[in-house]
Amino acid sequence: MAKKIGPLDIYNYLPKTNCGECGEKTCMAFASQLIERAVKLEDCPALKQPNFVRSYNNLKEMLAPSVKEVIVGVGDKSVKIGGEEIVFRHELTYFNKTAIALDVHDEMNDEELLARVRYVNDFCFKRIGEELTLDLVAIRSTSKDPDRFAQCVSKVLCESKKPLILCSWSPSVLEAGLKVVGHERPMIYAATKDTWEEVGRLAVKYNCPVVAFADGDMAELKSVVKALESLGIEDIVLDPGSHVEGKYLANTFGNFVASRRAAIWNKDIGYPLLGVPAIAWLSGEGAFKEAIIAAIMIDKYADLIILHTPEIWALLPVITLRQNIYTDPRKPVAVEAGLRKFGNPDENSPVLMTTNFALTYYTVASDIESAGVECYLLVIDTEGLGVEASVAGGKLDAFKANEAIKNSGIEKEVKHRKIIIPGFSSRISGDLEIQSGWVVFVGPRDSSGIKEFIEKKWVGLA
Amino acid sequence: MTNALDLTELIKMLGKVEEIELENIDVIAGELGLILPTISAIKRESVKKAEYRDLNFEIPLANFTGEVLEVELGATKANGGTRENVIKVGGERTMPFYNFEALNPNEPVIAFDVFDTKIHLAGPVRKHFEDVLEDPAEWAKRCVDKYGADMVTIHLISTDPVIKDTSAREAAKTVENVLQAVKVPIMIGGSGNPEKDPEVLEKAAEAAAGERCVINSASMSLDYKRIAKACVDYGHVVLSWTSLDINDQKTLNKYLMDAGIKKEDMIMDPTTAALGYGLEYSFSIMERIKLAGLKGDKDLQMPIASGTTNAWGAREAWMENPEWGDREKRGPLWEAITALTLCLAGSDLFMMMNPTAMQLFRDIIKCLCGFKETESLDIKNWIGMR
Repeated sequence: MAKKIGPLDIYNYLPKTNCGECGEKTCMAFASQLIERAVKLEDCPALKQPNFVRSYNNLKEMLAPSVKEVIVGVGDKSVKIGGEEIVFRHELTYFNKTAIALDVHDEMNDEELLARVRYVNDFCFKRIGEELTLDLVAIRSTSKDPDRFAQCVSKVLCESKKPLILCSWSPSVLEAGLKVVGHERPMIYAATKDTWEEVGRLAVKYNCPVVAFADGDMAELKSVVKALESLGIEDIVLDPGSHVEGKYLANTFGNFVASRRAAIWNKDIGYPLLGVPAIAWLSGEGAFKEAIIAAIMIDKYADLIILHTPEIWALLPVITLRQNIYTDPRKPVAVEAGLRKFGNPDENSPVLMTTNFALTYYTVASDIESAGVECYLLVIDTEGLGVEASVAGGKLDAFKANEAIKNSGIEKEVKHRKIIIPGFSSRISGDLEIQSGWVVFVGPRDSSGIKEFIEKKWVGLA
Repeated sequence: MTNALDLTELIKMLGKVEEIELENIDVIAGELGLILPTISAIKRESVKKAEYRDLNFEIPLANFTGEVLEVELGATKANGGTRENVIKVGGERTMPFYNFEALNPNEPVIAFDVFDTKIHLAGPVRKHFEDVLEDPAEWAKRCVDKYGADMVTIHLISTDPVIKDTSAREAAKTVENVLQAVKVPIMIGGSGNPEKDPEVLEKAAEAAAGERCVINSASMSLDYKRIAKACVDYGHVVLSWTSLDINDQKTLNKYLMDAGIKKEDMIMDPTTAALGYGLEYSFSIMERIKLAGLKGDKDLQMPIASGTTNAWGAREAWMENPEWGDREKRGPLWEAITALTLCLAGSDLFMMMNPTAMQLFRDIIKCLCGFKETESLDIKNWIGMR
């Protein structure tokens, strides 16, 4: 296993002056932050001086991620994949979320083709303060005809706001596509044992990232990668073959795990991984299977996946899973407890209650915001547990809720004494009324019902 | 540089680098001739030829020194029970489906949820059980006979004083009925009321004496010693439930062992947060627990259970919303992906609810176990798919 780089290894190359210009108190603190990727080498002014060139270069190499970071596309139309450093997310964090491509092919009629491209452009779901999107368009050459492929690429290029992947086993077809879009750094799919030289030279000529493919054979995959490297190519992506059935699927899963371990433990073929859940359609199975395969690949270790289905019921769980897995585990689970105001609430506005588990809080907050309800929200310190768990675990009881009411200052903000508590905490309502002297209303179990509850019930109550 | 530098050394160095910068150097030599062609010749030699060579790939293997315990659920006649089969859970030697490293002995187990009173269920779940919602024994039968669940969990939620306040004695009868109705191993759940659960679970454990059920659950928030004693007295397995905290899990496991539970009579439930609602916390806690066990931490070597049903708490699973597509497909997929993700993190036993979700999940774990024979597909054809 490769030795893990520690702050001390980094510190040795830093100026050791503790000048503080980087924003950290000491060079040692800066070294720790570098490992966490919370700061950049360039944040240290001394390292930019000529006498530190060697140190800078050494540090650059030491800090280079085990899985190379590869950029597909240019400028606004680009996506970063790879850059990973660990095999389990709790060890640090995963950095670049799995990019998702939707496919089109060169024998689609124009209407369908452009509709799919626009679908990718416009796809956007807002969840917990983040916009979840699709990231690339993969163009497959089903015609195997270079001219037809070039025409298709050109149509997609005009319409797409996302970077492209050009997919063909034929170097001449790929070249036809590259002539159209080569200047925008599409990803080339794929170089094999037989085509590595021709496809590799295209990657060099157009300076594009290229996928190395070998069907289920890791030794062959490594050989293709090394052959591409021998042409001077640096931006490579690995496709160990995506099988979706039976024991072949087990083998594919093993190859993904082995690739990531090799990159991180042995510094061996340290490149991002590509998976193709779309292959589920080849075996006659549809979006269910494709979504399940996508989930496996997001969990373990794909940096880019190509999907076929535009069905939202299948995509929603997949992009949500991606958001979950790529959430930084170093971020706190809890938000600050206390009284929050939404809009400009007055002395008659409703008072709601929730817990300080970050996900619970953000879900409730976004529901209140999207409902346009002006109100107070009392956030109880449940030590970062959600409503159900904190009621069950005794972290949210009448005593605690009453304390929060008394200490929050809410009694000075409103004239009334009525509070809406989460549906899942109905158990505490009786005791809370006795202890606090407030009238307690059991609200909806899901905060999506807040708008309706306020409109229909609160108005009558108030 | 203070040392005198041998010129041959210098030329060697020049061959390795593209650029050198000489600072503060006095050249002491009668004559210094750097013949450039020599240098570029060295350089040219150092550039690799473009070529394909057959290489070996070494799969990096972890060296796990520990093993997850194998826990048996259910007891047949031979062992003092009335179950028709015994289910083995856990026993891992490596992370799930890392078949290249070791083959784990047992497939993940699926237990379906049954409730002792009619409760609010999401539409895509309810439609499968609509006519049996008031008959737990029939409900359990449907889970096993029609949908093929490995186990069922009877949740005695009606015992909660704020629901029906059903007596412990009456609840125990429900357990007996379920044991009559199905012959698979079962799990017995309380209502979540910390005051009443110990009594309810004691009576239920007594009624099911010798059946080796899973008693769901012992936690820090109730009198876990009573639960532990009931498991020991009547021959059951305890579910050690904590809330997303690996240290709490370790502590509770120790307390339960101090209370007389044998380590092979315990399963851990570190809490399942749904897809979209904190799944990553459960994912990482389970990975950490499983790795700790495989690395030899004896307090964390029990199999892991997941209350996957929590997936249905996510509004994206149950809510009708045209912008989210067909709920009848979205909901089951939500549950299946929650199960699958936690399975990859190390969970062994899954409490589930929706038959389609179970089917999707079970099909994929059969594949991942590596035993499912199937024709090989020429996957290169995906590019040509029309």
